[in-house]
Amino acid sequence: MTGGPLDPGHLIDLGIGGPRRIRRRLPPGEAVRSTLIALVSTAVVFGLLAIAVTSSPNWADVQDKFFNGAIFSRSLPKIVEAFGTNVAMFLIAEVLTLILGLVLAILRGLPGPVFFPLRLIATVYVDFFRAVPGLLIVALLGFGIPGLGIEGVPGDPFLWGLVALTLVYAAYVSEVYRAGIESVHWSQEAAARSLGLNRLQALRYVIVPQAVRRVIPPLLNDFIGLQKDTVLVSTLGVVEIFRESQILKQAAFNFTPYLDVALVFVVITIPLARLTDWLVARDRARHASNR
Amino acid sequence: MTASVPRAALGIEGLHKSFGDLEVLRGIDLDLAEHEVVCLIGSSGSGKSTLLRCINLLEPIDAGRIVVEGDEITATGVDVDRIRRRIGIVFQAFNLFPHMSVLANVSLAPRKVLGLGRAEAEARATELLDRIGLADKRNDYPDRLSGGQQQRVAIVRALAMQPDLLLLDEITSALDPELVAEVLNLIRELAGNGMTMLIATHEMGFAREIANRVCFLDAGRILEIAPPAEMFSAPREERTRQFLQRVIDAGRL
Ligand SMILES: Nc1ncnc2c1ncn2[C@@H]1O[C@H](COP(=O)(O)OP(=O)(O)OP(=O)(O)O)[C@@H](O)[C@H]1O
Ligand SMILES: [Mg+2]
Repeated sequence: MTGGPLDPGHLIDLGIGGPRRIRRRLPPGEAVRSTLIALVSTAVVFGLLAIAVTSSPNWADVQDKFFNGAIFSRSLPKIVEAFGTNVAMFLIAEVLTLILGLVLAILRGLPGPVFFPLRLIATVYVDFFRAVPGLLIVALLGFGIPGLGIEGVPGDPFLWGLVALTLVYAAYVSEVYRAGIESVHWSQEAAARSLGLNRLQALRYVIVPQAVRRVIPPLLNDFIGLQKDTVLVSTLGVVEIFRESQILKQAAFNFTPYLDVALVFVVITIPLARLTDWLVARDRARHASNR
Repeated sequence: MTASVPRAALGIEGLHKSFGDLEVLRGIDLDLAEHEVVCLIGSSGSGKSTLLRCINLLEPIDAGRIVVEGDEITATGVDVDRIRRRIGIVFQAFNLFPHMSVLANVSLAPRKVLGLGRAEAEARATELLDRIGLADKRNDYPDRLSGGQQQRVAIVRALAMQPDLLLLDEITSALDPELVAEVLNLIRELAGNGMTMLIATHEMGFAREIANRVCFLDAGRILEIAPPAEMFSAPREERTRQFLQRVIDAGRL
């Protein structure tokens, strides 16, 4: 890329340049002109919005309660520290989700009457965990299981929160995998089987590797959801980012700590979202060049 | 001593196959001797591909028997994966694995199915690729190869399993005309080396040249089977004549 970060071609690369079109090299004069237009129209839109909001009657009050600079910077270190708990949780949950989701997807695709019970279990599982609100699963496991008081079963709310999120997101991820597996043309399986590979080998070496490549963008999408949903475990009393912000809010009688939380999530999610867009664009370009 | 009858490499008896209400194969009887090359001709939809897929057990059959080298492969309870190792099939659309290098495509089944070590499987694969002049492409992905090259890799991938029988399903139909020859040359060479082959094809000139016998399939039945000289110059059946006439009119003979 020769253009600066605001070069329109660059914006398209990042997935924020609007609907993707055939990328063409603009002549230098035209590139400068469209960059200027983009800048001016952005400034106008946001400027008008800012004026509308700040000229509202209670703006001074709201500004102090939600956008308090001093509280914002005072809270940030604590918020970031508490976020470590969320990061640990979503990293572990993501790995477990990838494994459990794949197992579920494969179980659902097993052929023949012998495997009907396994297919049934997997289908019911996926339907159930996609239907029930995640918050409910978190609460049921987080309060319910330790509440049973069974000897040897740990009562750690972090653990049960982690399990709940993994169970819920594995259901989503298995659907993504399943779509990916089904998108691999049946002739690939025929080719693998005709060489003497059994069904599992065909899945492992031929179907799943192709499927996974195709579903990386939707998988990342689900991960964005999973990362945000780690705040649900605050209901179990785990001191993670949202719980911490509530504590700070109480102490300061001010909502600004929520803004810190929002900022942290934006900062970690945007790179992931752009990575997803980039992967989609790359995939599309590759397909276009192949056929 | 009685004269030795060459053992059948492939025997098909009374094979029936339907898709729902559509009866695609209506009683096929066909024997292939070892080292024999038989070409299947017939109009589109006559069941050529279905027959080949049934022989490779990629489609379950409704009635009849298929015997390969004396073993009935359609018996209940046979290990289909063992059988498929002995029967190679090459498809019209190549069906190479796009996420693997050429070398990995050819060496995958020998490693995972025959249990060869990686080094040995790759050495054998390289040797085979060398025979078709593509050893220098072994680290490329299939989409970097021309159609003719891809199809030759697909053939070599099947050969790497050292099959007793090779089934070829219109393997030149997806190729540009100038790439057809390189694939047919490879098949010629295989025939010369004694590979038993059943070939579905629209290339009548090639069938005439390479086949020991040509088999005309019409609406799920073998209407006529004869050496190519007979089949192409003096077909017995009216429908065979009509089919060949259409082929001639289309400029494909
Ligand atoms: N999986 C399937 N399900 C339903 N019908 C099928 C299936 N496969 C093939 N058929 C039908 O069976 C008939 C024979 O098909 P087949 O592919 O064997 O013909 P073919 O002789 O190979 O034709 P072509 O020369 O066009 O390749 C066709 O009518 C086809 O529509
Ligand atoms: Mg066909």
